[in-house]
Amino acid sequence: MGTTAIVKTIPVRHCNFEAKVKTAGSGPPLVYLHAAGGPIWDPFVEGLCEHYTVYAPHHPGTGETARESIHSVGSLWDLVLIYEEIFDALNLKSVPVIGTSFGGMMACEFAAHRPERVSKMVVLDPIGLWRDDAPVAPYMLMPPERLVATLYKHLDSPPVRAALQMPSDPKDVAVVTADLVWALGATGKFVWPIPDKGLNKRMHRIKAPTLIVWGEDDALVSSIYAKEFAARIANSQIEIIKDCGHVPQVERLEILKPMVEKFLSA
Amino acid sequence: MKVTMFHFMPYRDLPEDFPGKLPSAWVDTPWWQYGDANKVTDYYNWSIDELMLAARLGFDAIGTNEHHQNPYGFMCNPNLFGATLAKLTNDQGLDQVALLQLGATISSSPPVRLAEEYAVIDCLSGGRLIAGLPTGLGNDVSVSNGITPMEHRERWREGVDFILKAWTAKEFFAWNGKYTQLPKVNLWPRPVQDPHPPVVIPGAASSSTWDYCHDRNFPYAYLSYFGGKSAYNVLDRFWDRAAAKGRDANPYRASFLQIVGVAETDRKAEETFAKHVEYFYHKLLHLPLYYINPPGNADYKSLLNILMSGTNMLQIGDFTTDLKPLKARDMIEKEFVVVGSPATVRDKLEAMAKRLNIGHLMVALQFGSMPHALANQNIELFAREVLPHLQKLWEDQPWENHWWPKKLRKRPVRQPELATA
Repeated sequence: MGTTAIVKTIPVRHCNFEAKVKTAGSGPPLVYLHAAGGPIWDPFVEGLCEHYTVYAPHHPGTGETARESIHSVGSLWDLVLIYEEIFDALNLKSVPVIGTSFGGMMACEFAAHRPERVSKMVVLDPIGLWRDDAPVAPYMLMPPERLVATLYKHLDSPPVRAALQMPSDPKDVAVVTADLVWALGATGKFVWPIPDKGLNKRMHRIKAPTLIVWGEDDALVSSIYAKEFAARIANSQIEIIKDCGHVPQVERLEILKPMVEKFLSA
Repeated sequence: MKVTMFHFMPYRDLPEDFPGKLPSAWVDTPWWQYGDANKVTDYYNWSIDELMLAARLGFDAIGTNEHHQNPYGFMCNPNLFGATLAKLTNDQGLDQVALLQLGATISSSPPVRLAEEYAVIDCLSGGRLIAGLPTGLGNDVSVSNGITPMEHRERWREGVDFILKAWTAKEFFAWNGKYTQLPKVNLWPRPVQDPHPPVVIPGAASSSTWDYCHDRNFPYAYLSYFGGKSAYNVLDRFWDRAAAKGRDANPYRASFLQIVGVAETDRKAEETFAKHVEYFYHKLLHLPLYYINPPGNADYKSLLNILMSGTNMLQIGDFTTDLKPLKARDMIEKEFVVVGSPATVRDKLEAMAKRLNIGHLMVALQFGSMPHALANQNIELFAREVLPHLQKLWEDQPWENHWWPKKLRKRPVRQPELATA
C-alpha cells in the first residue's frame, strides 16, 4: 500500500525488555497501540501513514517481540514505564496517541502517567473501566466462533471477512493461532479477571484533548462506557458509530478514517 | 504396584436433561437451580465412607483432590477430607494406608497455608501423607479463583519451592518471592516424614511438567479420562524425557488414573455401569477447552506443539474430543473406562500398567451418578478379585518405590478382609 514499514528494535532498561516498534509513513509522529489480539497492520493504520509517521509498539510477548518477554513484565506499572522509555528512545516529546480496545486502555494509562507526552488522544472502544450492570464480555473465555461474533456486528461483510482471512498453509494457521492466543494471554496479564485495574482513579490526570469513538453495537464492551470515559477525561468528545461492533476500524473504516483525520488536524 | 482408591466426590443427581443449553458444568451451572445442600450432606458422607471401605479392604492409599464451582467434584480443599481420613484411619487401626492428596492447588492458595495443612495431615496420620503438588486446571485456578493465566505456572513453581523449603529449613528464613513475601518463615508444625513427605506432580499432558519432574526426581501422575490407550503418547514421551535426562525407567516414577467398573460378567458390568459412565462423560465432563486452557495458561511452545499436531493430539481421545455422541459402549471399547468382569478388568489393567510402565494406579470406583450401594459393591469386588493381583505387579522387579511414605514401603500384600459395609 505504498508505505514500507520497518521494525525498530529498542532495548528498554526497565524489565530488560527488547521493544519492537513498527514504523511507517511520513509526516509528524503518531503512536498507535494495538488491541488484545496482537499487532495488526490494517487499512486504518495504513491510512494513518498517509499523513503521519506511525510508531506502533508491540506489546511484550506479541508481534516481533520475544514470546517469553512477557514474563519479565510483572505489573501494569512496569508496562507503563516501558512505554515511557519507548517514547524517550524515539524522542516523542508530545504526540498524538491512538489506542484500540486494550490499546485504548494503555493509551489512557500512559496519558494519565505522563499527561504532557500526549498531545491528542483517540480511543476506539477501549476497555479499562467496569460497570456491574454492563460487564465487559469475557473475551478470553470464548470459543473462537463466539469471540468473532462478539467482536463484529456483520460477520459477512467484505472487510470483516478480509480481517478474518486465515493463511492457506495449516502450519501458518497454527502459528497465527498460537500468536493470537498468546497475545490474548500477554495482554490479559494486565486485565485479568476484570479489566478494572485502577484507571478509574488515574484518568483525571489526562490532559490531552480526546476523541472517544465507539461502535454503537459493541458486544465486547458496551457503548454506554463512552459516557464513563468522557466523564473522567476533561477535554473529551464522543462519537458513536451506528451499525458497528467492537472494531470500527474494520467495520466502518469509511466513517472512522475522516473522523479521526478531522479530529487530529483540528 | 501401589493402588489408590481415588474419589472426585461428584454431584450424583443431576437431572436427565442436564446440561441442556448450559455452556459448561463448571462455573455456569446455577447452584440455586441444580444444587441441594441436603443431598451434598449425603454425598460427602458416602464418599468418605467409600474411601474408608477401600482402606479396610486393602488398598494401598486413598485419594482426594480439589476443584471449584462445579458438580463434577467439589472438594474445595482436599485437606479438609485428608484430615478427616487421617483421623478415621487412625481410629480404625488402618495405619498401613497412605493418604494421597492429589491435591491442594498450589497456584491459587497461600503456599504457607498449604505447607501447614499438609504438615497437619502428616502429623495427624503419623507420617502417611503423599503430598500432591498440582499445577491445577485453568478453570479452577484462573476462572474460579481469578489467578492470571499467564502467571499460573510461575506461581505454582514458586509455591512448590516455598513449601519444600518451609518443611525442611532448620533456620528462620525470609522469602522474597514474586508471589509470596514473608520476612520470617518458621513453619509449625513440620511433617513427621523426614526430610519431607513424598511428593507427586499431577498433570494433564504438558511437556514442560515432565522435564520439571525429571529435573527434580519427582514422580508424575497423568490425570486423563481417556484411558490407557490415549495415554501411550503421553507416557511414552514422559519416559523418553526421563531417558534424555538420565533418569532410570523405575515405574514408580509414574501414576495413572483410571475409571473402573467391575461386575460378575462383562455384560452385567456394561449394563450396570453404562448410565454412570455416560453421566460422567456427558454431564460432569461438560468442560470446554476455553475454560481448561485460558490464553496464557499453556506456554507458547506447548501451545504451538498442540496446534501443529492437529486437534486430536492423543489419537484416541482428549479434551478436544466431542464426548456427547459417544455411548457407554464406545467408551468401554475405546477403554476410556475399564468396565467388565474381574478377569477382564484384571487383564486390561495389568496390560495397561505394563504398557505405560506405571508403578502407581489410581482407580475411581465411584464415578458419576453411581449410588452409594453400587459404589460399595464395585469397591468390594475390585478389592477381592482385582486388587491383590495388581499389587503383585512389579514385585519381581528390582525397582524400589522411593516415592511412598517410608513406614509403608515394606508392607506385604494384604489379603483384603471381606467387608460387611
